Amino acid sequence: MAENMNIKLKVWRQAGPHTQGRFETYSVPDANPHMSFLELLDVLNEQLIKSGTDPVEFDHDCREGICGSCGVVVDGVAHGPQRRTACCQLHMRHYQDGDTIVVEPWRAEAFPIIKDLVVDRSAFDRIIAAGGYVSINAGSAQDANNLPIAKDKADLAMDYAACIGCGACVAACPNASASLFTAAKISHLAMLPQGSPERKKRVTAMVDQMAEEGFGDCSNHAECEAVCPKGISISSIATMRREYMKAMLS
Amino acid sequence: MTTVLDSKIPEGPLNEKWGNYKNGIKLVNPANKRKHTILVVGTGLAGGSAASTLAELGYKVKSFCIQDSPRRAHSIAAQGGINAAKNYPNDGDTVWRLFYDTVKGGDYRSREANVHRLAEVSNEIIDQCVAQGVPFAREYGGLLDNRSFGGAQVSRTFYARGQTGQQLLLGAYQSMSRQIGLGNIEMFARQEMLDLVVVDGKARGIITRNLVTGEIESHSGDAVLLCTGGYGNVYYLSTNAKNSNVTAAWRCHKKGAAFANPCFTQIHPTCIPVSGDYQSKLTLMSESLRNDGRVWVPKKQGDNRRPRDIPEDERDYYLERRYPSFGNLVPRDVASRNAKYACDEGKGVGETKLAVFLDFAEAINRLGKPAIEARYGNLFEMYERITGENPYETPMRIYPAVHYTMGGLWVDYELQSNIPGLFVLGEANFSDHGANRLGASALMQGLADGYFVIPYTLGNYIANNELPHVAETDEAFAKAASDSSGRLEKLLSIQGTKTVTEYHRELGRLVWDYVGMSRTAEGLKKAIVEITALREDFWKNVLVPGENSTMNKNLEFAGRVADFLELGELMARDALEREESCGGHFREEYQSEDGEASRNDDLFTYVAAWFHTENGHQLVKEPLTYENVKLTTRSYK
Repeated sequence: MAENMNIKLKVWRQAGPHTQGRFETYSVPDANPHMSFLELLDVLNEQLIKSGTDPVEFDHDCREGICGSCGVVVDGVAHGPQRRTACCQLHMRHYQDGDTIVVEPWRAEAFPIIKDLVVDRSAFDRIIAAGGYVSINAGSAQDANNLPIAKDKADLAMDYAACIGCGACVAACPNASASLFTAAKISHLAMLPQGSPERKKRVTAMVDQMAEEGFGDCSNHAECEAVCPKGISISSIATMRREYMKAMLS
Repeated sequence: MTTVLDSKIPEGPLNEKWGNYKNGIKLVNPANKRKHTILVVGTGLAGGSAASTLAELGYKVKSFCIQDSPRRAHSIAAQGGINAAKNYPNDGDTVWRLFYDTVKGGDYRSREANVHRLAEVSNEIIDQCVAQGVPFAREYGGLLDNRSFGGAQVSRTFYARGQTGQQLLLGAYQSMSRQIGLGNIEMFARQEMLDLVVVDGKARGIITRNLVTGEIESHSGDAVLLCTGGYGNVYYLSTNAKNSNVTAAWRCHKKGAAFANPCFTQIHPTCIPVSGDYQSKLTLMSESLRNDGRVWVPKKQGDNRRPRDIPEDERDYYLERRYPSFGNLVPRDVASRNAKYACDEGKGVGETKLAVFLDFAEAINRLGKPAIEARYGNLFEMYERITGENPYETPMRIYPAVHYTMGGLWVDYELQSNIPGLFVLGEANFSDHGANRLGASALMQGLADGYFVIPYTLGNYIANNELPHVAETDEAFAKAASDSSGRLEKLLSIQGTKTVTEYHRELGRLVWDYVGMSRTAEGLKKAIVEITALREDFWKNVLVPGENSTMNKNLEFAGRVADFLELGELMARDALEREESCGGHFREEYQSEDGEASRNDDLFTYVAAWFHTENGHQLVKEPLTYENVKLTTRSYK
């Protein structure tokens, strides 16, 4: 079996949205290379509970990189050093005995901190509610194969639809923009005939909602694409801009 | 106390029952729908589709989820696909065949009428999802692609890469979001249901805890829809998301709802094996991998050679050998049990020896790496990320893990529990999968219940019942709220020495060992004694940190584990009482000479519905009658 490692963790602790936060340093002497990063936090929390300290709160659920619940900044990078990997799928085999890891929450005005590493991402839900859907009531659909869609279009739509809504794009962006998140949904639906009737209304409503939530605008740093665990391309942001211009000009 | 459970199966021939039912129900006047508040708990495929559909119809919907957003419910993790009887590939599929395969796959322990309805509405689900913009896989001609799945000989599974659950859930979530934007759904995220409020014998509300502030809230309504998923996390290690739990269903059970077939749990054959004690959950690899992957172990015990160094004639492709007609595509229970046998015989592979190989070398040679990459690229990537091994070059190691629970709250044909006004949808109910669920059927059931069944059956309930307003200040709410707070205070006050996770892990080991893939009367009796003792110890010695008035995930988990400690015992009782082997329930005493499951149709063709009473659990049997399908021994040979 793999050798255990001693890992130091510098973790952001903050009791509530309006209290002052600070870094605390802990060490986990029995980290295992096969562990996931969140399992390392689990082990730390068991240690803390046993020593009478409150455990570190962090959001997590599926631990398979698909639910989008987890997300912390690891050594300055959203979701950590491994590309196209949510931090639940980051494994300790990428670290060495004696390493120190700095762990912080997503930092953005539109994502207020709830406690420790947990932030409020409900702004994303409001952006979708502004127009990220096709208006179709249950029961009114035509036969699924009445609507042929070229395979390359369908595949591209799927590339954009793969967004898990974790918020890493916002955390990595110098402007704390939600452009990649918003554009992924706009682009997914813009590729498909089903999305066509509402495309103008959708793009204006979603972009306006993004601004209203306090997210910044995009200035093409592409940091979002670099940290996205699903590899969503910033070509979606270009699509969003085109869609927006078309909506404005007609 | 109810002792006879009426399944309310409609009259008429099987394929006319759902139509007859719809013709016979009362409808709610469109102008009256907005006067009715419906509480929908859970936002997975069942809850999300139900909430959006009921809001579209005009009901006032309040929707609750424990996650920070309804988009994160565990349905999102389903990978492989969703079944429908479209017969687009022209390979002989029909509604009857989908119905038949599901009943047979469930080892004849589900209700014919419910399953037939499921097959009937399956096609509408695909239409609905495509119209929402779900990017299903397509052929070059632009039409939808299908693939085959375990337990069927036709290709009827629609899929969106390896992320079908995600795409279907986002479809439902987007429909919900539209209704939230329109003000027809009021969304309560980060809220956990802690109790059901029953007034004059009807479900009239719920008690929730705000997981951010700790506040206990009362919500009153005309009906409660429980869409809270399964209880696989009773095993501690499972493929379920970490927050998936039985609490909402269990609290309803303790308020009088019958819990049916709790011992019917599904162990999925293709998961990434456990690597150590710190393991927090298991990751499933879609069983669609078995379309092209071949399962094998070395013929020799304890063979430590690298897989590529083991020659063909020293490998045992045991599924192909034992089941020549279905081969690697046998149903999940059969595949899982055979993996266990291989490891029990000492032929397991990898560091822990608790794994078998799933090998793609032959498929890569035949189809080329790009074809395999197109089909399973994201699954291969996920495997490599977790294990550090490249499955294009070396076979995957897989082992069974708990994945789904067929048992759940008892419901009738209308998806209504024995408590009027409490409806249970999706994995949280027991109704459609019998003793074993076929692949790609969970997504189908969740969406069938939410989009196409509940709009009719709920309407019939609302139209037929006097539902006078119940205020949230009513005595029944106050009592339930104070019980819930008392319980939380009690958990925090114990301040013992063992953490919630330690108890959960211990419980998981007990249920996995004794109520897992293979069960015996002796083991089950032992499990009952040990789980009871563990539960008593929990309430004396658990250590829950922090306080009630802030976010405190350990406190949330403590409440859930307390409920699992009760459920685990009931699962063992149910498994002990069912003296036969069927589907996911395999009793070692009941097997044929060559080790196949022996069902006992004369004595056990019934649903085991358990009632919670002051003196323990009471069993009520709902007999299952098969008028259309002949009960046969399942054979995949």
